[in-house]
Amino acid sequence: MSAPLHLRKAVEIAAEVREGKLLARDVAEHFLDRLRRYNPQIFAFVEIHESDLRAQADAVDAARRAGATLGRLAGVPVGVKDVLCVRGMETTCGSKILRGYRPPYDATAVERLRAAGALLVPRANMDEFAMGSSTEHSSFGPTRNPWDTARVPGGSSGGSAAAVAARLTPVSLGTDTGGSIRQPAALCGITGLKPTYGRVSRYGLIAFASSLDQIGPFATCLEDAATVTEVIAGNDPRDGTTVAAAAPNLTDALRQGVKGLRIGVPREWTDDPSEWYLTTYPKELQRIYQLVRSPGYLQRQPSRLERLQIEDQIRQANGGEIIDGIPNEIYASMRTQTLDVAIEQARSQGRFFMDVDTRDAITEALAQLEKLGAELVSIDLPNAPLAIPTYYLVATAEASSNLARFDGVRFGFRAEGRNLEEMYGRTRDQGFGEEVKRRILLGTFVLSAGYSDAYYKKALQVRTLLKQDFERAFEKCDVIAGPASPFPAFEIGSKMDDPLAMYLCDLFTAAINLVGLPGISIPCGFAQGPKGPLPLGLQLVAPALREDSIFAAAGAFERATQWHQQVPKAFAS
Amino acid sequence: MTDLTPPAMDPAVVARLARLDLTDDEKARLRREFDGLLRYFAQIQSVDTTGVEPMVYPVPLQNVLRDDLVRPSTPREEILRNAPGAGGGEFFRVPKVLES
Repeated sequence: MSAPLHLRKAVEIAAEVREGKLLARDVAEHFLDRLRRYNPQIFAFVEIHESDLRAQADAVDAARRAGATLGRLAGVPVGVKDVLCVRGMETTCGSKILRGYRPPYDATAVERLRAAGALLVPRANMDEFAMGSSTEHSSFGPTRNPWDTARVPGGSSGGSAAAVAARLTPVSLGTDTGGSIRQPAALCGITGLKPTYGRVSRYGLIAFASSLDQIGPFATCLEDAATVTEVIAGNDPRDGTTVAAAAPNLTDALRQGVKGLRIGVPREWTDDPSEWYLTTYPKELQRIYQLVRSPGYLQRQPSRLERLQIEDQIRQANGGEIIDGIPNEIYASMRTQTLDVAIEQARSQGRFFMDVDTRDAITEALAQLEKLGAELVSIDLPNAPLAIPTYYLVATAEASSNLARFDGVRFGFRAEGRNLEEMYGRTRDQGFGEEVKRRILLGTFVLSAGYSDAYYKKALQVRTLLKQDFERAFEKCDVIAGPASPFPAFEIGSKMDDPLAMYLCDLFTAAINLVGLPGISIPCGFAQGPKGPLPLGLQLVAPALREDSIFAAAGAFERATQWHQQVPKAFAS
Repeated sequence: MTDLTPPAMDPAVVARLARLDLTDDEKARLRREFDGLLRYFAQIQSVDTTGVEPMVYPVPLQNVLRDDLVRPSTPREEILRNAPGAGGGEFFRVPKVLES
């Protein structure tokens, strides 16, 4: 008796469809049933095309009956982010301004999925024009995290990530401009890869920042992520920035093991300003804090003796009454306070920070990799603290230029005006959401006469310095490791009034886009949230075109751990 | 010593450049926000970038040439189907450009 389809690997489903043991139509019905049942709870997809999905499945089955050799993703439903053009299907980038737009062509990545026999499932929710880290900036409304529906799934590919985490599709496609695949993968407890810039054609990807955008997969295991990447990667004459190198063989790399691989840990990333803040607490509270955050404490039930000791310490510290659950509450409030202080320092001094659970999980993951045979080396990325300002200057500049095409003339929404300029202005003001307008204005400003040298050109120079940082670091190591996000999933609404707080979600990911490197996030543990576990992600980064090194290290880690097999309870059956 | 104070940004002026008809509320809110954001972004002014080449693309770009062959393009009616106000005609339609 095999596991239900949604708990199996995409490659296993495809193999059975190819062999005729399983009908693509039955796969489609299984996932349609889940989509109907669960999508309303998390809003991963803004709409579902049932009859189209059935028709795609029937075409796959008919091809097999006619004797055709089916592709590597035969019969596998693949969620598609609303930013990728799917011929004839409304594609809107989560925006009102593209409402009604039906692309007359498929994006290259979509076309290659079709050719591999995949069943396309448009359209996964996203932050409007991929601008955001929470999927709250969608004109359709927010997507919710399957691990705790009061929290965000991350973004901007939050719909694609939540869909895979809730097992509504076995795999999906997202895009990553500053972290938009890796951060939601981390927050949803799944695997998400941003390939090297130029690895996957951007033809048919509606552009946000052309020198940073890249398409990549979400999956519940590395083998599925490898397969989707191999299918969509490779040179495309329709995108002149695609690399000539052949699509990588990641499935083989997965089995290489991590022995002898040098894993670099950036000093700047682990220099955590939240540590000193602890010293401002009374000694007793500090001891409790250390005890409660000790590995695994919140997962296991503390022994009665341990509890008595903690309660005694709290009594000494507070002189107050003890009720059940107090250690957790104190821990939670101290955790929030230290994180707030750390974020404040990150804002004022440009430092890195991460929440204590993230730090503990990353520390344990690094120890695990070392145990598996990797060599840990300390590296320096001296300009990395400037990654966020640099990224937001470059990305908004490119966005202001790319989004100039949305003017009410050729596609989507139009607001009428008495003359051309009034029509432009009204269309764009009413069609774009708040965050998109903020970024267009910022980008227009940093490119404007008199300011472009101080902002845009300066940012491009810092980008060169960042590239040199990484080149030097990769002389000492093969892979760089750290968190994909500074903290686990946060509550819906908690960062919406503070743009900079939202931008800091990209703290560990944006630099990788600026220099065009491949990066992955894989599940590496859980923080204890008020309503249950919240996933955490380990980020692995390699030199350009060396996705194989990432998969070698990640593969060894995946075989040695069970984090990737965890399914949010409410969506397991 | 480099001056790290960012220059003030006037959302009204920039909005005109970006063809965005902002409401007065939007302008006031954005002015406040940009103040904080630009202050944060000004961190990069502290780095010495003398003689450093700006990097526009993360990978070295070269001209990509293809054979000059006639290939099918997207039919006009398919393109115009997406255009607001085209009304089944043969052109994109916009409001009058010239003032009478």
